[in-house]
Amino acid sequence: MAKKKFVVGCFDDEAVLFPAVKKVRTAGYKIHDVYTPFAVHGLDHAMGLRETSLHTAGFIYGITGTTTALSCISWIFTKDWPLNIGGKPHFALPAWIPITFELTVLFAAVGMVLTFCYLCQLAPFVKKHHFHARATDDLFVMVIECTDKTNAEDLKGFLASNGAVETDIQVAEEGWWLGHYDKDEMRFEAKQTVAA
Amino acid sequence: MHLKYESQLREPLVYGDKNYHQVTEDIVRPIEAKPTRLWYIGFYIAVCLLLFGVYAIYRDVTYGIGQWNLNKTVGWGWDITNFVWWVGIGHAGTLISAILLLFRQGWRTGVNRAAEAMTIFAVMCAGQFPIWHMGRVWMAFFVLPYPNSRGPLWVNFNSPLLWDVFAISTYFTVSLLFWYSGLIPDFATVRDRAFTKLRKRLYGVAAFGWTGSTKHWQRHESLSLVLAGLSTPLVLSVHTIVSFDFATSVIPGWHTTIFPPYFVAGAIFSGFAMVQTLMVIIRKVFGMEDYITMGHIEAMNKVIVLTGSIVGVAYLTELFMGWYSQNKYEGYTFWYSRAYLFSPYGWSYWGMMACNVLSPQIFWFRKMRRNLFVTFFMSIIVNIGMWFERFVIIVTSLYRDYLPSSWSVYYSPTIWEIGFYAGTFGLFFTCFFLFAKYFPVIAIAEIKYVLKTTGEGYKGRMDTIEGEKLETFVHEHAH
Repeated sequence: MAKKKFVVGCFDDEAVLFPAVKKVRTAGYKIHDVYTPFAVHGLDHAMGLRETSLHTAGFIYGITGTTTALSCISWIFTKDWPLNIGGKPHFALPAWIPITFELTVLFAAVGMVLTFCYLCQLAPFVKKHHFHARATDDLFVMVIECTDKTNAEDLKGFLASNGAVETDIQVAEEGWWLGHYDKDEMRFEAKQTVAA
Repeated sequence: MHLKYESQLREPLVYGDKNYHQVTEDIVRPIEAKPTRLWYIGFYIAVCLLLFGVYAIYRDVTYGIGQWNLNKTVGWGWDITNFVWWVGIGHAGTLISAILLLFRQGWRTGVNRAAEAMTIFAVMCAGQFPIWHMGRVWMAFFVLPYPNSRGPLWVNFNSPLLWDVFAISTYFTVSLLFWYSGLIPDFATVRDRAFTKLRKRLYGVAAFGWTGSTKHWQRHESLSLVLAGLSTPLVLSVHTIVSFDFATSVIPGWHTTIFPPYFVAGAIFSGFAMVQTLMVIIRKVFGMEDYITMGHIEAMNKVIVLTGSIVGVAYLTELFMGWYSQNKYEGYTFWYSRAYLFSPYGWSYWGMMACNVLSPQIFWFRKMRRNLFVTFFMSIIVNIGMWFERFVIIVTSLYRDYLPSSWSVYYSPTIWEIGFYAGTFGLFFTCFFLFAKYFPVIAIAEIKYVLKTTGEGYKGRMDTIEGEKLETFVHEHAH
């Protein structure tokens, strides 16, 4: 994949990040992404991202489970092999509710998790470029994609004036590839400590 | 500056004046440090128990379950008692992570990760019992409905035992997915601060390439919320269905409409007791007192006294109905086989009453709810009591049936039944020791999310906000 040029600004407080996101967007820059150590509520709206439709997918998977259970069981017990169980009706809907419910939940949960992994491109052995190692620790890392017209140095200054504690310019791949993280920067030295 | 405001009247959920980095440090420390001697000793004992269990199961398969003391009327004994006991314990984790999430109970963030792990391990233990109880375990796949060459001979979809197959396997799968999806961001945290190549590599695989992108977080939040919404009825359905195993039969003592709510309350009761046992140990051993606070312990003790009392009401209702129905078989089961102290199994009924109904009442006192020793002791007592409950339900209903000539001799387990049970303890604690060493035992990202509203240091500085005028407050802090 082609490499792109990004300007990276790191913030150490979400309360500083929000106004900065607003200013960067008003100034007309395109925010590639903001990497945060936890789910910062409202950040998606501030960045102008649309709502996720993952829950709709979950609903569809759920009703697929419901239909699968009901159609399979009713076909088996009324058409394929009508089993006489103590003279009770072959089409015994109340008795099928537990399994129908369980399959609804199972399909919805498994389907949603797989969809989530697909949409976010998450899987074992997947490697992605990290703009800052502290993005999963305590920094909020705003990444802005450079175009031909972007003056990266100006943009760095602009981010710093809006509260970024660290800024730099990186050329990186956007997508993912198969790989390991063992060549990444080590932030800490090995310490010989024993869990108290 | 605060994005959110929380009243000072609420107890902090995180003690100390911490920043985000300190939270990471505190929770990841046990993973990066060498385990203590205590960990090795505990792990060794757990593995020994597990191996004994494996040997007991090896014998079950080789010689058949005839080596258990099950007899003519007591066809379910320790095995199903232990199954229901473990499944019950496996309810607290999803309750904490799902129902308390929907109820917006902030204190769940400190304990949900470990409680979910406990759930998964407990369900793994529970699953062993029905599987090996099959005897000819190589036929276990017969419980799956698939087009087969035996007719096709389908499973009985009207049978509660089959509902159980679906319920337990769905519950295990969904709990596992819920737990692991929450773990992905935390594995990424461990990965990005790792200082050995092996750790970078392994946690890199486990973290699925998580970066912390805002869009990913947005989807992650949506996923967690929907999984919580799905797990809430699921967790209630699972023990309901386990209770159907009994309630849909016509055995006096089992044929009871009160079973579903009574089993669910009992499951939450025993699950929270097990969470308490583990939490009291974890916070001490790993020094997590700032995250698993006395407030957390007290909240769980409140759940224990509530559910314990619900269970107590159920016991009394059963006794009342045993008399009120004027059915002599029901009356015999409830008033002779169970409640009469000098009947063969009267001891188990009164043991259950003492452990589950009487002793948890101590938690009406705030001092007792906040006492670690009492909490730990009571958590063990409750789990013993809940084991008695399942034993009472199963064995006292079975040992004397409608035909006195088939009344069984006194049922007591053989060493292999006990060994199997001990083996599941080994499995549970082996998994739990590994979890405690290699996984973040507290949800790092979730603690960071609540840190600035419920952390002690941040709450302390909210004085200034409380003094502000309403307009300033709304303007500055309400987002």
